[in-house]
Amino acid sequence: MNKYKTEVMVGFFVALTISALLLLALKVAEQSVATEGDSYTLYAKFDNIGGLKARSAVKVGGVTVGRVTSITLDKDDFTPVVELSILKQYNGFPETSSVSILTSGLLGEQYVGFQPGFSFDGVANLEDGDYLQDTKSALVLEDLIGQFLFNRGSDE
Amino acid sequence: MKFLQSIGAKTITKVAAIGRATLMLFGALVAVPRLKNVPLIIHQLYVVGVQSLLIIMVSGLFIGMVMALQGYTILVDYGAEGSLGPMVALSLLRELGPVVTALLFAGRAGSALTAEIGLMKATEQLSSLEMMAVDPLRRIVAPRFWAGMLAMPMLAIIFSAIGILGGHLVGVDWLGVDSGSYWSIMQSTVDWNQDVLNGVIKSVVFALVVTWIAIFKGYDSVPTSEGISKATTETVVYSSLAVLGLDFVLTALMFGIE
Repeated sequence: MNKYKTEVMVGFFVALTISALLLLALKVAEQSVATEGDSYTLYAKFDNIGGLKARSAVKVGGVTVGRVTSITLDKDDFTPVVELSILKQYNGFPETSSVSILTSGLLGEQYVGFQPGFSFDGVANLEDGDYLQDTKSALVLEDLIGQFLFNRGSDE
Repeated sequence: MKFLQSIGAKTITKVAAIGRATLMLFGALVAVPRLKNVPLIIHQLYVVGVQSLLIIMVSGLFIGMVMALQGYTILVDYGAEGSLGPMVALSLLRELGPVVTALLFAGRAGSALTAEIGLMKATEQLSSLEMMAVDPLRRIVAPRFWAGMLAMPMLAIIFSAIGILGGHLVGVDWLGVDSGSYWSIMQSTVDWNQDVLNGVIKSVVFALVVTWIAIFKGYDSVPTSEGISKATTETVVYSSLAVLGLDFVLTALMFGIE
């Protein structure tokens, strides 16, 4: 085996590895690389977060604009606080915006639905570190069934 | 008394072997890196890396294809064949890529390393190197170790990528899963740090274990034809067991309790 051929083959091996790594980076894990850009943080307090997890998506009308970075429990009033990381390019949401925890599909994973509110004079835009006031909790199936049974019982 | 003595003797032998292995690795790695050793590493990279490329690529392709085929028959019952992409990608990146590559690497390259170094010892090539004031640890062991450490993670990355393409071939091109959902659901599920980098870390750990065992078994073999055959077998058995055992520990650490 002459030296030149060995070096060519090793070069081919390295090139193949780099192209495989590029395939994994750009094609397989594209989403997460793209969301690691500049972002700002918003907070929202919910009564119940259901099955929401860190890294769940934050969507405006189906478009992913950010991710849930962490979920903690407020020490004073014992309600869950969800930290949302929103991409810098989607800024300028008005303060009247609301967030709710939704489910994609019947059995899909849960995500944070973000409804931009109306913007008129005297309403400031959301800034880094702001708390969202208007929140709707996750629908818990057991509560729904409980309510349904309770209503049925009171009708009769 | 005899029973106690046999336990003690076995323990001392094992501990002494671990000590010799650590000393060997230490002697090989602490050496000041010299530029003239780079061609040696490149040659070893050819032997352990390029020559294992074919078996890794063919296995990766077929494992990806089989997973797509098996996953599709189950997922299609629930109308969830869109989840085929993340299923194939996650199982390859997290588990099958590093583990199967390490097992194949132990069989293909590890056994060859053991036999080569063992035969060098049996034919007293290592002793003659020492006679010429060349340290066999630096000249023989170190390049093979570094080549193994570099080659195995590279092979694991290629394995996963080829497997995902194989899954695409079967799932999308033959069974008719939508190409857009195959990639897009995969992209929203697979995380670069959590899945891809952890897989690479796993394969680096496996590379260390497999290459170390292979080189030490050769270096420490009984210099007879029987001894070399035993050392080669032990390399494959020990490194396979070590890889499978370590895989559980690493998985528990990486993906276990959050």
